[in-house]
Amino acid sequence: MDIVLQYDRLQFAVTSTFHYLFPQLTMGLALFLLYFRTRDLLSQGDHFHEAARFWTHIFALSFAFGVVTGIPLEFQFGTNWAAFSNYAGGIIGQTLAMEGVFAFFLESSFLGVLLFGEARCSRRVLWLASAMLFAGAWLSGYFILATNAWMQHPVAYRVLDNGHVTVESLTDLLTNPWLFWQFTHNMTAAVVTGSFVMAAVGALYLLAGRHLAQARTYVRTGVVTGALASVLLITPTGHESARQVFEYQPIKGAAFEGLFRSERGADIVLIGQPNLETMTIDNPLVVPSALSLLVYYDLYAKVKGLDAFPRHDWPDHIALLYFSYHIMIGLGTWLVLVMGLAVLWLWRDRLFRAGWLLWLLLLSAPLPYIATTAGWMTAELGRQPWLVYGLFRTAEGISPLVHSGNALFTLLGFLGIYLALGLLFVLLVVELLRRGPAEALPVAEQPGR
Amino acid sequence: METFWYMALTLALTMYVVLDGYDFGVAMLFPFVTAEDERRMLRATIGPVWTGNEVWLIAASALLFLSFPKAYAAGFSGFYLGLIMLLWLLMGRGLAFELRGHVEHVLWRRFWDSIFFGASLSLALLIGLFAGNVIRGLPLNAEGYFFLPLWTDFRPGLSPGILDWFTLLTGLLMVVLLASHGASFLAMKTAGPLQAKARALSGAALIPTVLLLAAFVFALPYVRPTFWSGFAVRPIGYVWPLAGLAAMVMLFINHARHNQGAAFGWSSLLVASFVAMLSWGTYPNLLIATDDQAHSVTIDNASAGKDGLQAALWWLPPGLAVVVLYQILIHRMFSGPVTPDSSPAGHH
Repeated sequence: MDIVLQYDRLQFAVTSTFHYLFPQLTMGLALFLLYFRTRDLLSQGDHFHEAARFWTHIFALSFAFGVVTGIPLEFQFGTNWAAFSNYAGGIIGQTLAMEGVFAFFLESSFLGVLLFGEARCSRRVLWLASAMLFAGAWLSGYFILATNAWMQHPVAYRVLDNGHVTVESLTDLLTNPWLFWQFTHNMTAAVVTGSFVMAAVGALYLLAGRHLAQARTYVRTGVVTGALASVLLITPTGHESARQVFEYQPIKGAAFEGLFRSERGADIVLIGQPNLETMTIDNPLVVPSALSLLVYYDLYAKVKGLDAFPRHDWPDHIALLYFSYHIMIGLGTWLVLVMGLAVLWLWRDRLFRAGWLLWLLLLSAPLPYIATTAGWMTAELGRQPWLVYGLFRTAEGISPLVHSGNALFTLLGFLGIYLALGLLFVLLVVELLRRGPAEALPVAEQPGR
Repeated sequence: METFWYMALTLALTMYVVLDGYDFGVAMLFPFVTAEDERRMLRATIGPVWTGNEVWLIAASALLFLSFPKAYAAGFSGFYLGLIMLLWLLMGRGLAFELRGHVEHVLWRRFWDSIFFGASLSLALLIGLFAGNVIRGLPLNAEGYFFLPLWTDFRPGLSPGILDWFTLLTGLLMVVLLASHGASFLAMKTAGPLQAKARALSGAALIPTVLLLAAFVFALPYVRPTFWSGFAVRPIGYVWPLAGLAAMVMLFINHARHNQGAAFGWSSLLVASFVAMLSWGTYPNLLIATDDQAHSVTIDNASAGKDGLQAALWWLPPGLAVVVLYQILIHRMFSGPVTPDSSPAGHH
């Protein structure tokens, strides 16, 4: 296969995967910031004010990395995927521009208010700014997902004389039926990431015996929200997203379930390795007929396997797609277990003393990130070989005149820069956590800036 | 219809160059402002607003994508290396701003200050280079695509690179123009010795700006003979060079009178009229072909189509109006001079 295409794909995969580590936290935390600011407005004392202030700084760090890694994504539609941009600009240009105008402006302008306005602004203005921040963050997610939803399930388009597409109805584009479950699933996942990070920071402080009052608030807020959100993540949002795939993209569904042959009463493979030589699953551990049941609510329903479709329409990385999906499901289940235990212990008033469970919360913090990444890999690898599902193939989309040497040069550059950025982010989060909330000085006395 | 979108695009680009331009300009003054508390004030002047300013670049590129996808596709892939480097520099500039205050160590601060200065300077240069390239014209093929290496023989001939003497001239012009613009902004936002320094720097940067601007206008007919024909057809366009001239005179006068708010206003007009003039001279082209004019990417052959442009009319202008409204609000919230103790909260 064409090597430029591989470099282009890998570069977008690397840059978008790395980017999304940051917005999933900020979109989740935006909800918590709004909650803390609301409690601050309604209560006396500085407890929630301090909580909001501390988390605004974690938010800001993640937001800064999200912004600088997000800009390359929009530019890469043009730099690396020129033919696709030319073809579909009339549609995805709309949703991307909406993101810029309605969401990104809102988010970045009001984050500035939250960070720099603490000394100047009243609590009410700060509350308003955090509400705007929340609106901006979630709208941003909405418009980006509307763009992706159109690539997964193109609607509301018309083909022009030159073969390009243009938008026929903005309303239909923004209410793409695909989008509903995709948005709820994705945003729930962001809340889960935010919850786990919040609970883990609280657990860390409780274990270390620091900032105890703040830590209890973080754990309580994180665990209650996380328990609810991680259940919603599996059902209805995850379940319905998967059913949607079997309805509109059955090849993707067959590939990520590892269903090589069409079957009545199809099993669900829990563990096993897809063998693409024999078209079977090695070392399978299955739940009989469960796939038919979950997809069609009928134990004997026929589920189409990969053999029902022509080979050139199969996704090109079936094993990776299969593992991505199974990692997402496996971790998702684990997240429910951890949060379920924690909420139970919280309810019986034993969580803050249960060292083992606090350790479990702390160590589970990276897992939602992995699950989310695996989820996106499922969505995007499964969309292959299409760039726009059923309309436009990935191989047709690349920039015609960018040759492999230049593509590899920038790919390597991004890899190097992102390695450095990743290390830097971890270092700075550790530094913020080391200082902690209670030691933070009033705004006017802060050194260093 | 297409003309309206061309104007909207010009407006967004102008907003970007005027607004983020003073961010770049302020950052470029770092070598002249070495005391730590002065540097802190310098950063405090742009701290609350720079992200909002940068978003205009996103808006401009999204607007181009939305209204003229072919120009977006051809332009962005053609300037591949230059644009990816622009992205890397934007990353460095943004992170330098956000991360500098996170660690209390002089080496840490010095490191990010250098990144901040270097990235801002290079960004101003790059923006000028891209402008120069669009004016000079590009080796477009029959489909309207091109690919420019970073440099070839430094001549604006038939196989140019992103860098040649003309684009380099435009790039340097942008650097000194924005340095002066940033110094004007700094003078408006500060008081005392730092303000005096900023005023002096703004004046000093204006001299090479005038010289390079003269060289640019002189070189223009050789590199792009058709540039002024757009003005001959639509003479109202002459308002831009005239406004630029007037702004320059008023800028000098207001600096001399220590009237810093007005000086910054005139400086903004100077930058804006320069961008608008370049846009007027390029219209109705978006990318100009150097060998075969028929290959040029114009607002007509790159248009996203009537439906899409019509649809965007419903949400984009009101959306941008709201944005401008709350950006003004935020600018006002942080208006007035920055003093050593009004340093921003930042992140510790």
